[in-house]
Amino acid sequence: MPALDESVIARRGAIAAALKTLTRPDNVITSDNELKPYESDGLSMYRQPPMLVVLPETTAEVAAVLKYCSDEGIKVVPRGAGTSLSGGALPLGDGVLLGLAKLNRVIEIDWDNQCARVQPGMTNLGITNAVSHRGFYYAPDPSSQIACTIGGNVAENSGGVHCLKYGMTTNNLLGVEFVQMDGTVLTFGGKAYDDAGYDLLGLVTGSEGLLGVVTEVTVRILPRPATAKAMLIGFPSNEAAGQCVADVIAGGIIPAGMEMMDRPAIHAAEAFVHAGYPLDVEALIIVEIDGPQEEVAELTARVDAIARRCGATTCRTSETEAERALFWAGRKAAFPAVGRISPDYYCMDGTIPRKQLPHVLHRIGEMSAEYGLAVANVFHAGDGNLHPLILYDANRPGEVEKAEAFGNDILTLCVEVGGVLTGEHGVGVEKRDLMEVQFGAEDLKQQQRVKCAFDPSSLLNPGKVFPKLHRCAELGRVHVHRGQTAHPDIPRF
Amino acid sequence: MPSSRHTPQSAEDLRDIVRSGMAAGTRFEILGMGSKRRLGRAVAADEIIDMSALSGITLYEPEELVMTALAGTPLAEIEAALAQRRQVMAFEPLDLGPLYGHAPGAGTLGGMVSAGLAGPRRIAAGAVRDHILGIEAVTGHGELVKAGGRVVKNVTGYDLPKLVTGSYGTLCILTSLTLKVMPAPEEERTIALAGLDVEEALRLMRRVLAGPHAISGAAYLPAWATAAYDHRPVVFLRLEGFAASVAARFRALAAQMPEQGEMMELDGEASGDVWRTFRQLGPALADDGDDLWRLSIPPSAAADLARGLEGELKARYWLDWAGGLLWLLVPPSAADAARLIRERASAAGGHATCLRGAAAEPFHPLDAARLALTRRIKAGFDPMGLLNPGRMYEGV
Repeated sequence: MPALDESVIARRGAIAAALKTLTRPDNVITSDNELKPYESDGLSMYRQPPMLVVLPETTAEVAAVLKYCSDEGIKVVPRGAGTSLSGGALPLGDGVLLGLAKLNRVIEIDWDNQCARVQPGMTNLGITNAVSHRGFYYAPDPSSQIACTIGGNVAENSGGVHCLKYGMTTNNLLGVEFVQMDGTVLTFGGKAYDDAGYDLLGLVTGSEGLLGVVTEVTVRILPRPATAKAMLIGFPSNEAAGQCVADVIAGGIIPAGMEMMDRPAIHAAEAFVHAGYPLDVEALIIVEIDGPQEEVAELTARVDAIARRCGATTCRTSETEAERALFWAGRKAAFPAVGRISPDYYCMDGTIPRKQLPHVLHRIGEMSAEYGLAVANVFHAGDGNLHPLILYDANRPGEVEKAEAFGNDILTLCVEVGGVLTGEHGVGVEKRDLMEVQFGAEDLKQQQRVKCAFDPSSLLNPGKVFPKLHRCAELGRVHVHRGQTAHPDIPRF
Repeated sequence: MPSSRHTPQSAEDLRDIVRSGMAAGTRFEILGMGSKRRLGRAVAADEIIDMSALSGITLYEPEELVMTALAGTPLAEIEAALAQRRQVMAFEPLDLGPLYGHAPGAGTLGGMVSAGLAGPRRIAAGAVRDHILGIEAVTGHGELVKAGGRVVKNVTGYDLPKLVTGSYGTLCILTSLTLKVMPAPEEERTIALAGLDVEEALRLMRRVLAGPHAISGAAYLPAWATAAYDHRPVVFLRLEGFAASVAARFRALAAQMPEQGEMMELDGEASGDVWRTFRQLGPALADDGDDLWRLSIPPSAAADLARGLEGELKARYWLDWAGGLLWLLVPPSAADAARLIRERASAAGGHATCLRGAAAEPFHPLDAARLALTRRIKAGFDPMGLLNPGRMYEGV
C-alpha cells in the first residue's frame, strides 16, 4: 500500500471537523470502536482501520466530500456493503473511508423502459424485490446478493451463477451518475441503449472504485422466464464432466447456469444441506434451463442425451420448484459448507477456457499434494470461472502464507492456459501483485493512464489493482522513438 | 489530402510506423476498407494507415464460443467462417455498406468495432461492446498493448475493450480482436402486424416485451416505407431459437396481437429479409438526398419525438429496438434541423448522430465536463493527437 502520510494523520481532528460541515455530524465516524467494523471487507486476511469514516446521504454530499479531500490531498476509499473478496474496500490508515450505505433508496421504477433507477447502497436482491410483484427481476446474482450493494456490483462488475446466459453487471446496466475525485458530477448513459461519445459506462464498470464514485445506477430489469428447471448430473471423472460442459455449449445450448463441483465440495455440501447429491461420483454438474415451457422441455432432453453420451452415472431433472431449489441449495451453500470442514478457507477466482477444465483440475490436485493443503472446487463451469477453495488453518504457523502461495500458483496456471486472474471478484489488493503475470509493463502503464484521466493525483482507492504506482506526469510523458525500438530483443507478449 | 499510405504487415510494423509518426508529428487516418469513411467528422491527416494487410482469423474455437481475428479481416470472411459452424455475432452489426455506396457486407472487423453499431438483435443479445472480449492495439505512445482476454468472465484490469468499441480509431489502432460468438438461432419467425399507428405500435411492443416471449427484434415502419404492405404501417416482431420453442412462442405471441391490425406470418427467408433490410438501413437507401439521423432514446419517448420531428422538419422516420432507436430522414432544406434534433434528443434523455448529410458535428455534442474528461482520456492514449484526429469531436 502507499506509504502513510503522517501529515494527513496529524490533521485528523481538523479533517473530521471539516467533514462534519459537509454532511450531518453524526455521519462522520472517528472513535476506534466504531471504526473497527470497517477495518476489512470480505477478504478478512487484510485488516486496516481507516483514519475515519464518512457516510454521506446525497450525491451533493458525496461530491462535497470528494472535492474537500481532493483539495486537501486526502486519500479516499469507497465502500458499499464491504463484501468484496479481493480487498477492494480495504481502508487506508491515512485515508477517508467513504461509505455509500445511506444512499439506499429506489429512485424510480420505469416499467415502460424496463429499468430501475436506484441509489448505490441498495442491495442487489433489493432491486429484484422492488420489481418482482410485476414479474420482473434484476439478472446478475452474485452469491452475496442479500448483502452486497449495486454500487459495489458496478465497481467490481459482479457476476453470479446466471451470468452465463444473462451477462455480468456491465451487460445489465443502462447508466450511472458518477462523481469524479475532484467533485465533478457526471452522467454516463441513462435509459437509452447507448450513450454519446466514448463508452464511459463500460469503462467505469469494474474499475474497482479507482475512477470515481457511483451515486446512482440505472439497471435493466427483465421479465421472469416462464419456467426454469435444474438438472443434477453426476460423473465418474472430472474429465467426463468437463466434456459434458463443452458438448452442451458446442450443441448450441446456453443454459441459464451451469455449475460444477468436485468430490470434496459435493461431500461438504451434502453433509451441510442434505440436497440429495450423489456421493459416489467424482464430479457433479448442475444445469439450469429456463425459458418458455416447450424450450425447457426440449433442451433438458438434449442435455440429458449429451450427459449420458459423456458417461453420466446419474441425471435427474427437477420436477417441482421445491426440487429445483433443493438442487441449488447445496451449490449455494458450498462456501459455508466448506467452512464447516476446515477452520479457514481461501476462495480463489480465476477464469480459463472451458476445455482446459480437466487439465487445470488435475494440476490443482497435484499442487494440493505438494502444498499439503486440501482443496474443494466449485466452478461456474459454463463460463470457465473457477472457485477453488483452499483449506487451511490460520492458527498453524505458516499456513496463511502457504495458502496464499498455493492460490497464486493456481491463478498463474489460469493465465498460462489462456485464462485470466479474476473472473468476478476483482483484483483489489489480493491479486495486485499478480497483474504482471497477465499483463506486460506497457499494458499496465496504459491502464494507469486511464486512471490519470480521472484522478491525476491518485487519491481515489490507491494501492489497489496496480502492482506499481506511477506518477501521472511520468506516464503522460511522450517518448519519441525516432523509429527505433528501445529493446528489440525483448518479446512484448 | 493525405500524401502517403502505409500498409503495415504486422503489429510490430504498425508500431514502428506510429513511432516514426511521433518523431515527425505525422497525423494518421486509419482505414480498413473505408466503407464507413463518410461517418464522422473529416480527419485532418497527413498520411493514411491502410489496415488491409493485417487480415485473417487467428483463432476460432466454436465449442469455446470464441474467435480472434486481425483487425483488417473482412467482415464477410468472419461471417462466412461463423456460418460454417452455425454461429453468429449475436449483436447483428449494422451493415452500412449500401448506405455509403459499397457492397452489402463491406467493411472490416476493426471498422465494425470502431463504429460499435449493433443491429436489431441488440435488444435481446446486447451491443457490440458486450461481445468484445479482448483487444490488441498500438497506442499513440507507440506502444503495442493488450487488454481483456479470450474468456467471457474477466474483470482483470479496466475494461478497455468496451472503451475502444465505438471510439472510431481515436484512441488506438486496433490490430487484433477477440469476440464472443454465439450459436446461430435454429429457426426464426416474424409477425408483421399492419395498420397500427405509432402510439399503438409502441404500446404493443412495450406490452409483449414485458412478457415471456423472448423477442429478438421489434421494429416499426410507417406507411411511407411499406410499399410491400400496401402502404400501411407495420410492426415487426421476431422470434428466434430452437424450433419447438419458436413454434410455441409464436402461438403465444400471436394470441397477444390486438384485433385492429392485420397479422401476417413471415417464416425463414422472408423473416430474414425483413431484418436484413433493417440491418442495412433499407428505408434510407431508396433516395439518398435526405440527411439520415440516428436517435438513441428511451423507448417511451419515441412516439412524441417521432411525431414532433416528422411535423416540424417534414421528416420521415422508422423505429427499431422497440422504439429505442429512431431513424430520421430529413430534407436538407429543413432549416436548423441539427439544432432541433439535438435539443429534442437531449431533452428525451438520448443522443443523435448524423450518418448522412452535412451536419457540422455528426456526433452528439458533449457537455463541458464530459468533453474535458473525453479529451483527457484521448490524451492518455494519444497525447500528440496523431490517430484519426478530430474524427469524433474537435481535438478528439
